[in-house]
Amino acid sequence: MTAADAHRAVLAIWRIEQPRLITSLARMLRDVPLAEELTQEALLAALEHWPAAGVPERPGAWLMTTARRLALNHLQRVPMLERSHAMLLRELEQDQMLPPDYDATLDDDIGDEMLRLIFTACHPLLPYDARPALALRMICGLTTAEIARAFLVSEATVAQRIVRAKRTLTESGLTYETPRGEELTERLSSVLEVIYLIFNEGYTAARGDDWQRPDLCGEALRLGRVTVAIVPHEPEAHGLLALMELNASRTAARTDAGGEPILLLDQDRALWDQLQIQRGMRSLARAEELGGAGGFYALQAAIVACHARAARAAETDWLRIALLYAQLSTVTRSPIVELNRAIAVGMAEGPASGLAILDRIADAPELRIYHLLPSVRGDLLRRLGRHEEARAAFETAAALAGNTRERELLLRRAREMGES
Amino acid sequence: MRFMSIVTAPRSHQYGNPTPELLEAMGKLADREIKAGRMIDNGGLMPIDQAVRITIANGELSVLDGPFVEAKEVIGGYSITEMASKEEAVALAIEFMQLHKDHMPGWEGTCEVRAFAGFAGS
Repeated sequence: MTAADAHRAVLAIWRIEQPRLITSLARMLRDVPLAEELTQEALLAALEHWPAAGVPERPGAWLMTTARRLALNHLQRVPMLERSHAMLLRELEQDQMLPPDYDATLDDDIGDEMLRLIFTACHPLLPYDARPALALRMICGLTTAEIARAFLVSEATVAQRIVRAKRTLTESGLTYETPRGEELTERLSSVLEVIYLIFNEGYTAARGDDWQRPDLCGEALRLGRVTVAIVPHEPEAHGLLALMELNASRTAARTDAGGEPILLLDQDRALWDQLQIQRGMRSLARAEELGGAGGFYALQAAIVACHARAARAAETDWLRIALLYAQLSTVTRSPIVELNRAIAVGMAEGPASGLAILDRIADAPELRIYHLLPSVRGDLLRRLGRHEEARAAFETAAALAGNTRERELLLRRAREMGES
Repeated sequence: MRFMSIVTAPRSHQYGNPTPELLEAMGKLADREIKAGRMIDNGGLMPIDQAVRITIANGELSVLDGPFVEAKEVIGGYSITEMASKEEAVALAIEFMQLHKDHMPGWEGTCEVRAFAGFAGS
C-alpha cells in the first residue's frame, strides 16, 4: 500500500466515523465548534499512526477513545469554572479506565445530536457562503482541501470561512441548541437551502470546465437523506430529497463522452437511473402524504417527476408541467420560475404562447445577466422559424454563460441558426 | 459511486443460524448506514436449498430446483451503498465482517465489494 493509498483509507474510515465522534463530543462538551476542532485532532492522530502501524481492528473505537482523551486533555487545561465542568471531567476520567465496549459505537442513537449539528452548521446567523462549507465539513467529514476542490476556491478561502463561522458560533453562544416545534420548521428552511445549494453547485456547476460534479451531488444527497432521517415528519425535507434524487437520476445521460452537456429532451432515457427514480418517486409521495404537495421543493420534484415518467421525450405531460410551474410561481413570485413556465407553455401550447410569457418578464432585474433568458428565447424563436433573431439570442446567452461547456453549447446552437 | 457488497460463505457456514448477537449488530450497522444516507438497500437470502437455477449450457436452457450439492460457495446476503469512494465501501465492508468475527466465532466467509457499472468514477 502506498502512502497515498493509506491516506485515502484513513480518510474513508474517518468519513464513516466522524459524525458519531463530533456528535458524541458535542454532547459531552456542549460546544459544537470545540467538538469539531477536537475530532479534527483525532483525525490528525489517525493519519499519523495508522499508515505506519496499520489500521486498528476497530478503527471507530480507536477514534472515539482518542477523541475523548483529547477532550479530557482540553478540559484539564482550561480553568474550571463550573460544577458541570468538574462533573464532566470526572466522568471522562472514569471512562478512560473502563475496558472498551466494542459495540458501543453501534449503540449510540445520534439522531438528536445530528439534528443539532446540521441546524448549527446551517444557522441563518452564519455567513451565507460559510454554511455549505461547515455542513460538508461537520456532517460529511470532508477535509478543507476536498471542500476547496468541490467549490473551486482556494483551501485558504475555505479554511478562513470555517474559522470565521466557528467564531460566530462561539461568540453568539449558539454552540449547543436544539430547535423544536415552530422554530424547527422555520430553521429547517435554512438547512434545506444549504443542501440544495450544495446539490446545485454539483449539478450545474456555475463556474469551471466541467458541467457537473457528481461527487458534490452525492454529498448533497447524503445530507438530504440524513435530514429526512432526523426530521421524518417534515414534508419539505422529503420534497427536497425527491427533487435531488430525480435530478441526479439523469447524471449519466446529461453529458456525452467528451463532457459536453446534452439537453433533457435529447438525452438517452435508457441511461436514466431507474433505481434512483423510484427512490425519488417514493420521497415525493411521502412529501405529498404529509400534506406538502404545494411546497417549494415538492412542486419542483413533481415537475421533474413528469419528465421521469415519460419513457420518450414526446410523451412528456407538458400541460401538467405548465400547471405545476404556475403553482410554483404563486409560491415564489420568481421570474426564473416564470422563465421555466414559458418553456413548458411553449411546449404545451406552442412557442408563441411561451414567448408571450418571456416578454412579460424580459425586464426583471433578476434576469438581466441570466444566460438562460436569451437561451430560452432563442429556442422559442427557432421553433417559430425566426432564425436570425434566434441566432442573436443564442449569442447573447453565450456571452453571459459562466460555464465553459454551456457557453460552447450555446455558440453551437447559434451557429446552427446561421447554417439553416 | 454505487457499490454492491456480497457476502459469500462456504456451504457449511452459510447463514443457517446467525447468532442473535450478530443479527442485532448487523441490524444496528445497517440502521446507522441508512440514516447516514449511504446504504440504499440490503437483505439476507434464504438458504440455497430453496433456490432455483436457470442455466444455459451447450446451447441448452435448463431449470433446476435446489438443493445443489455441488455448490461450494453460497451467497448469504448483500447491501447496496452509495459512497464517495471505493475506500469508503471497503471500510464499511471491513466493519461488517469484523462484526462476524466478534459475534459468530468460527464463522468463515468473504465479503466482495463490487462497483456498479455506469457510474461516475467506476
